Amino acid sequence: MSVELDVFVGNTTIMDEEVYQLWLDGYTVNDAVKVRMEGGVMDECEASKDVLLSDTMDQYRTFQMCERLLHSPAKLANQLLFQIPPHRQIMLIERYYAFDDTFVREVLGKKLSKGTKKDLDDISTKTSVTLKSCRRQFDNFKRVFKVVEELKGPLVENIRQHFLLSDKLARDYAAIVFFANNRFETGKRKLQYLSFQDFAFCAGQLISNWTVGAVDNMVEDMDVDLDKEFLQELKELKILITDKDLLDQHKSLVCTALRGKTKVFIEMEGSFKNLSRGLINIAAKLTNTKDVRDFFIDLVEKFIEPCRSDRWSAADMKLYLTHYTNSAHILDTFKHQVVWDRYMGVVKSCIFKMYHD
Amino acid sequence: MPGKLKAKIVAGRHLPVMDRASDLTDAFVEVKFGNTTFKTDVCPKSLNPQWNSEWFKFEVDDEDLQDEPLQITVLDHDTYSANDAIGKVYIDIDPLLYSEAASVISGWFPIYDTIHGIRGEINVIVKVELFNDLNRFRQSSCGVKFFCTTCIPQCYRATLVHGFVEELVVNEDPEYQWIDRIRTPRASNEARQRLISLMSGELQRKIGLKVLEMGGNAVVGYLQCFDLEGESGLVVRAIGTACTLDKLSSGSAPNTNTHMHPNTAPASNACNSPSKDGKEPVFVEDLPSSSGPPTPFRALPTSSSPPPFSPSKPCSRQSSSSDTDLSLTPKTGMGSGGSAGKEAGPLRTLLRQQTQTALEQREFPFFTLTSFPPGFLLHVGGVVSARSVKLLDRIHNPDEPETRDAWWEEIRQEIKSHARALGCHAVVGYSESTSICEEVCILSASGTAAILNPRYMREGCLDIGCTDHRFEEPSPPNCGFCHIPYDELNMPFPAQLTYCYHCRRQKVPDVLFTTIDLPSEAAVAGKGCLIQARLCRLKKKAQGEANATAISNLLPFMEYELHTQLMNKLKLRSMNALFGLHIQISVGENMLLGLASATGVYLTALPAPGGIQIAGKTPGDLSSEHISSIQKRINDTIAVNKELYQINPPELAEEGVGSPIPEPRHRSRLFRSHSESSDELSELDLSHGKKDAFVLEIDDTDAVEDIHSLLIDAPPPTGFYSCNTENMPGISNWTSGVQMFTSVRVLRLSNANLTNQGLNKIFTDLCENLLKSFYFKLRSMIPCCLCHLNFTVAVPEEELIQVTVTAVAMTYDKEQTQEKTAEKPVNKGSLEAEEQLQFPLELCADSSSSNIQTASKISVSLFTPAAKLCQNQLLIARSAGVGESTNMSPRAASVDYGSFADRCSTWLELLRLKAHTIRRGSVKTISSLERCSPLQEGRSRSLRSSRSFGGSSVTVVKMTPLSFLPGTRIIKYLGIINMFFIRETTSLREEGGVSGFLHSFIAEVFAMVRAHVAALGGNAVVSYSMKECVFMENPNKNQAQCLINVSGDAVICISETDQESSASTANTGQTGGSETDGAT
Repeated sequence: MSVELDVFVGNTTIMDEEVYQLWLDGYTVNDAVKVRMEGGVMDECEASKDVLLSDTMDQYRTFQMCERLLHSPAKLANQLLFQIPPHRQIMLIERYYAFDDTFVREVLGKKLSKGTKKDLDDISTKTSVTLKSCRRQFDNFKRVFKVVEELKGPLVENIRQHFLLSDKLARDYAAIVFFANNRFETGKRKLQYLSFQDFAFCAGQLISNWTVGAVDNMVEDMDVDLDKEFLQELKELKILITDKDLLDQHKSLVCTALRGKTKVFIEMEGSFKNLSRGLINIAAKLTNTKDVRDFFIDLVEKFIEPCRSDRWSAADMKLYLTHYTNSAHILDTFKHQVVWDRYMGVVKSCIFKMYHD
Repeated sequence: MPGKLKAKIVAGRHLPVMDRASDLTDAFVEVKFGNTTFKTDVCPKSLNPQWNSEWFKFEVDDEDLQDEPLQITVLDHDTYSANDAIGKVYIDIDPLLYSEAASVISGWFPIYDTIHGIRGEINVIVKVELFNDLNRFRQSSCGVKFFCTTCIPQCYRATLVHGFVEELVVNEDPEYQWIDRIRTPRASNEARQRLISLMSGELQRKIGLKVLEMGGNAVVGYLQCFDLEGESGLVVRAIGTACTLDKLSSGSAPNTNTHMHPNTAPASNACNSPSKDGKEPVFVEDLPSSSGPPTPFRALPTSSSPPPFSPSKPCSRQSSSSDTDLSLTPKTGMGSGGSAGKEAGPLRTLLRQQTQTALEQREFPFFTLTSFPPGFLLHVGGVVSARSVKLLDRIHNPDEPETRDAWWEEIRQEIKSHARALGCHAVVGYSESTSICEEVCILSASGTAAILNPRYMREGCLDIGCTDHRFEEPSPPNCGFCHIPYDELNMPFPAQLTYCYHCRRQKVPDVLFTTIDLPSEAAVAGKGCLIQARLCRLKKKAQGEANATAISNLLPFMEYELHTQLMNKLKLRSMNALFGLHIQISVGENMLLGLASATGVYLTALPAPGGIQIAGKTPGDLSSEHISSIQKRINDTIAVNKELYQINPPELAEEGVGSPIPEPRHRSRLFRSHSESSDELSELDLSHGKKDAFVLEIDDTDAVEDIHSLLIDAPPPTGFYSCNTENMPGISNWTSGVQMFTSVRVLRLSNANLTNQGLNKIFTDLCENLLKSFYFKLRSMIPCCLCHLNFTVAVPEEELIQVTVTAVAMTYDKEQTQEKTAEKPVNKGSLEAEEQLQFPLELCADSSSSNIQTASKISVSLFTPAAKLCQNQLLIARSAGVGESTNMSPRAASVDYGSFADRCSTWLELLRLKAHTIRRGSVKTISSLERCSPLQEGRSRSLRSSRSFGGSSVTVVKMTPLSFLPGTRIIKYLGIINMFFIRETTSLREEGGVSGFLHSFIAEVFAMVRAHVAALGGNAVVSYSMKECVFMENPNKNQAQCLINVSGDAVICISETDQESSASTANTGQTGGSETDGAT
């Protein structure tokens, strides 16, 4: 005696958020049933294991049928197959596109290609996110990437409109797409201490300040690429380190401002030239795609590490960078104030974010 | 040329990729009606094509408009090879044919393919211009409204109820034609879908014609069914209740007064009515008159004069043929007809006779309605049912095209005669069904025998709403329907009668079974609950006649056991009445399945049910400890159930007033004499508390099993109630949460040598587990009630049991669930009590003297005091219709459970008889010429699908099997939804196995229903039902096929708090919305 067929279909599609999460997390039906039993749901309605199994199967089937629609969330709203209340639709989409920070950290900046997809088993083992869930997340990244790659206009807005995601999630996806597109290196050992959210923040800064769309969002080009003209202009900043007078003047201005305000003044004074060279060199090299990829590693190597080895506190670092940036405005011979602000604004906030253990 | 149909194809969306190379589709659309086809341009390389076609115009007969669906086919253009079909949409344009309903069909319809399911959507606008046709001989019946709802639709008033209409049409099943061997499954499925929709269109039109003939304008309680008879053909049949409905102005209260017009000649009515009007108070019609004469007197005239009831009495008792019985029965009222003359005078008799006559002139005084306006239903006799086993003849017999008609006619005659045996002139809550396995077919019909208010029986009495209450006086509304309609001296079966606990004036049975909904005015205590009896019976595999005989031999035993179970479970829940009783018997190759569902309730007018007493066959047979432990469990269960269902009937001062219940002593004697049971009965203590006890005898393991299975039924978890009727007794304060669902479960029995017991257990568990699953899934809706739980069982293959359930879960407000408490029964003087006491004795003497067979010992030891079972008033009858070449009329065995002994002997006789019988039942696979002539051109209908509104949002369409949606008011009925779909797959595994396949199919069916309703401008489907869900699989070939038939009423409903304005905006919004939509 066995149940050959068992289905339950509601006019309004019945979905249990808990089961949905288990499905998203890649649990098999049997594992999901175990988890649910442990969760104590059985007590609620005098349910038995069979009831739970049958319910879980039904829901898994529903989710599988919905999955096709979730791939283009706009369809979910005007499809006819499932009658799902709007707030539920939002929940379905939001959860489907949610990802594990540990997982995304592994693929951040990688090319969203078949090659990467093959490595998912390793990532799955490493992050202990199930392979199924890894695949879903990876495919989500790829899908979003593919869609917005072709679109004009602001990246975050495009993602939000096409995938009906919350602002927060849309920003995260923008970061992922941006990283994937520019192939920023994030996997190096020295960058391991940074979380996805750190990078997402930085990506947000870069997107809103350094891309073409940042200056004029009506332009043809899109948000995913850095503003080439701007990158060219960054070369002009080299004068700050190549012109000896300017460098000294800059240093003295900064030191004057800092004196007495920090415990690590001596160290700051001592490493000023090195740090300044580091930051300006990063700027000057950004025309090379290769160097763009290394942007974050460079920031860490050229600035964050030296500061940290000198035991600057975060506040020290903030103080230093603020004065470093502002002092440049006072330099009479320095004509590239606009580019400087655009550059330093982003670098400053990136470093603020990245300056932690 | 009375109609012009116009269709416009606006756009498509979400189309499938048809060209792998480009990942796009070059779609175009063919629009076909009748034999005319139009095409749109090809919209190249788009998955969201915009056609914006011209208006395609079809000039057609209205007859065609009724039969044919508009057929829309979406294709992918292919320059080099044949165009590929993407899918189809069938749009039933019937709703556009009557003025009050929808004016336009406009919206997004899912494009459906029988192999691939839904593949994108298409936006279509359809309009109809009808010209007036004054042709008296027309074949169309445009304008007749159809409702699935089994009560008077909310925004209508029934000015006349004309009565029963039925029709059936027969054709060959395309699936079994030779051509099916060479065509693709898709072509075959589409041929079938088309044919069925065509047939149901034709059927509806023909019924409509009958309604027009009767002078009605609507069919309420329209029930259409398919019989897939396999090689012998395909039958589409329908029954309904013809009415004349008046639309209420939307402002006025939904007032549903009904006048019954049983097709008498208007002239006779006209001359009768004045006299009635003049003496209204007198003609208040009530059977055993309330202030009835002392019983002894009463008995006298009846016995001295020929009891009017007697001719029909043998029919219930014995197996006399219903046909002869009918001809013998005089038109006079039962029982009371005689006695009434005494005090109410001739007028009363006359009136009664009028009623009777009026109804009798109708061939079948049947009503498919299950709930009625207050005052309509006077008395309810009990359930009447008839079954008949037929052999589907493979021989095509064009000379006898009416075979199926004849079969149903027979059954209906039986039902009618049973109703008569119960002293009733009408049958309400009437329904018909079939179960087919190979060439054997069980036809079943059941209903509730009732007496209807004669005031509703005449014409011209259109405004009784205001005078209504005057008539209800003698028979109080909250108990009147319980009063027995039959003569207690000539009861069709032995029953325990008591005086009504409400009015104390008239007799009531101790248990009442009905197929109708609980009348809204009925006084109940506590809440109701779903009660199911489940039964499996193994049967040897056999062919043809032997098989049919075997089945008909099993049927009575199944019905008996189902009844025993129902009765036991009813007592166990401490209730005394069943509503919405539906007994389904399903036949398979090697077994029969029986499932009886009903909603149990405690009617305060009826006596409190006694407990259940356990007894060993002989003392010491089983250890008394064992018995007492079972007894304790039962008593505990009863106590728990009383608590659970809040059954606290108003206490009656029984002793003080003089209990109408005879002393236990009397009673036991009564029953013994009645059933001629053995003496051991007197050994038992029949009393359980004060009440009469119901005795279960444990004499073998079977009985123990039975008792265990009784106790197995788990009560619903806290916060849940369940019922299978329209209204949940005891709950009326619904909140807005509504969740309709369909669930299908198929069980494979792996064990080859199962016993009946084992099977019963499996089947019971299957049903119980389904319920448990529902409770679990719907737990978020607590407090909630599962209403209209409709279980359907089938045996699709050997070793497979399929259960399909459709129901709706509705939330309610827990705070206010207290029902109106029952009225305090009227105190009667002790004198009357004395009188009453004499009754049973009288009765007893009478019945023992009647010709009961004393074959008591046959009556198996299972339940010796079978007499106790009798009160359920179920008359079973079977036609021994294995078929017969002679012209012999079918033997009808009509049996009551009153005395098992009696019944057994009857059946034995019957079986003997049958052994020599009978070969009839030929077949009509309708020959094309006569019946099908209108069919020939080929058309179809009903297959359609849809949903409206483009843009981003989709109209929410609620669905419910009930006739109402809580918290809303229906302001417009848009037409009937009747759709038939076939889905097939050759890649079962890839679609997620059988469950995945069926899951998506059911979801697709829902989607198509919703789309169609939305396109009509509606936002809900009421009285939704899934009539058919036939599932076949062949896992080895990776194939499966499923057929689903659904129906319901498309409506616009508005929140009760909303004003009219919202309705009109809904309507215009719909039209406007879809227009603008087209432009997007």
